[in-house]
Amino acid sequence: MKSLLLGSAALALSASFALADTVRLGTEGAYPPYNFINDKGEVDGFERELGDELCKRAELTCEWVTNDWDSIIPNLLSGNYDTIIAGMSITAEREEVVDFTQGYTPPSPSAYAALSEGVDLESGVIAAQTATIQANHVVSTGATLVEYPTPDETVSAVNAGEADAVLADKDFLEPVVSSSDLIFVGEDVLLGDGIGMAFRESDAELRGKFDAAIASMKEDGSLNDLIVKWEVGGTW
Amino acid sequence: MPPFPLPPDPSARALPRQARPLRPVLQVDTRPAPQMMRPAIFSFCSDPASLEGFQWLSCYLTTGKHMGFYVSFGTVLLLLAITAPMALLFGFGGAMAARARFAPLSWVGKGYIAIVRGVPDIAFFLFFVIALDQAIEWLRHQVKCPDWEAEVWQGNDFVVCAIAKMPQSSSPQWMHEVYGFSIAVVTFAIVFGAFAANVLFGAMRAVPRAQIETAEAYGMSHSQAFWRVLVPQMWVYALPGLSNLWMVLIKATPLLFLLGVEDIVYWARELGGSKTPQFTEYPHGDWRMWYFLALLIFYLGFTRISEVVLARISRRLSHGQATLAGEAQRRAKPSAEGTPA
Repeated sequence: MKSLLLGSAALALSASFALADTVRLGTEGAYPPYNFINDKGEVDGFERELGDELCKRAELTCEWVTNDWDSIIPNLLSGNYDTIIAGMSITAEREEVVDFTQGYTPPSPSAYAALSEGVDLESGVIAAQTATIQANHVVSTGATLVEYPTPDETVSAVNAGEADAVLADKDFLEPVVSSSDLIFVGEDVLLGDGIGMAFRESDAELRGKFDAAIASMKEDGSLNDLIVKWEVGGTW
Repeated sequence: MPPFPLPPDPSARALPRQARPLRPVLQVDTRPAPQMMRPAIFSFCSDPASLEGFQWLSCYLTTGKHMGFYVSFGTVLLLLAITAPMALLFGFGGAMAARARFAPLSWVGKGYIAIVRGVPDIAFFLFFVIALDQAIEWLRHQVKCPDWEAEVWQGNDFVVCAIAKMPQSSSPQWMHEVYGFSIAVVTFAIVFGAFAANVLFGAMRAVPRAQIETAEAYGMSHSQAFWRVLVPQMWVYALPGLSNLWMVLIKATPLLFLLGVEDIVYWARELGGSKTPQFTEYPHGDWRMWYFLALLIFYLGFTRISEVVLARISRRLSHGQATLAGEAQRRAKPSAEGTPA
């Protein structure tokens, strides 16, 4: 173990001459259209394009990192990457642990999707991804919540009959519904305060840079163009 | 080859979608060229939507994403190849410590075995890995940035000076992966080492007492008796327990993704999940079953190979031992050489 640690230390030392500061962007890579792994095996999607543009405007060198959703906040706090840009809605609960930039999408509706009309959304079994605003919402409606680690599995659960319906961001469900047997049921629900990038609370300077870059993209309309291109809900 | 669900017919899909605006996937390539631009293996793969059956499948199975999947098999095998000996080393050290005559050392050994065996793997992997990572960075921070004034712990945040980061945030992604992988190896070695320590501790006690007494009667010191008599003879008692551990270790690799290392189960889930036509040139339904079937075959094959090898080792270790298997070997070959040691 000792030699191994020494070995890694030597590795890190040899790398420290590269001084250019790299900002590591953490994402999930499983939530199209926001972020997903494309056929080439790279991070792609609305947030990939947005993040690259923001880094350009803030004159930063950026690198993409994927991380499991469950441990995405702990790994940010521990410094394994510098920001989360993963379709994360701004909520008061998360604000206690991390700091968000201004939203880069307006509050977007969440929707229920099911295999047939007439599903009881108040007392049925509803699938949602673990640790999301949708999961919290399902609990508050009194329905039975079943949680899954990835968004894709929530949809599979409905197809397999394990859950009556799935509650997720409408932008995520839209392409799913249009290419499968699922249909939207019930009313859309508005949750959260839009999606923003999350930073460590001690990292106000970096957050300021990205916040300014988001503001400049809002101003010249390029953010709206991206939103329209990737169909991630309402524009500003 | 199992009958794969037919690749969806793109023309049938396209009809109801025509009213929609241009799909993003068509525009993705206009981005600044990604570093890893890799030419497709087969020239006909440039337009997957026009392909059918076998050609479609051969293109699909050679996408960059699938290459990541294939590479992850290597990652898993490499992890096993490094972790297994390391865990055995940890186990041996733990067992030696646990049976030490110096009481505090024995407490350390027994404490290690009891605590690590008692903590659920997943909790260990979530908590310990972050703690280990932070401990390394904290130590480096103390050495490299003695003048640093701000707190290392700021509320929830763990902040060390930039040059204390492991690895540096400016180092390339592969270095982060190597680091994550090394942390994974150490964590696996500690967890499985505790189980191995218990197995070896039991095995050391299973060696007949008469063997040690004989060694002592020949005038061997305590450590001579340990290394020359006890250790060579204990393996045959340890092997069943160790082989169990090996089998469990083979299947424990999905825990890797908690550390950001992409293993075969992560890729199988990612690749098998249903893909909508907007985001891939190879849309398909929920194919996780096929990918997990492939994993099943891999794991079964690997288990089978392990069993064959372990059976050989067991035969070899039983040779000349005062066990049933050793006795059976002696009777089968009366001309074989005499007693060990």
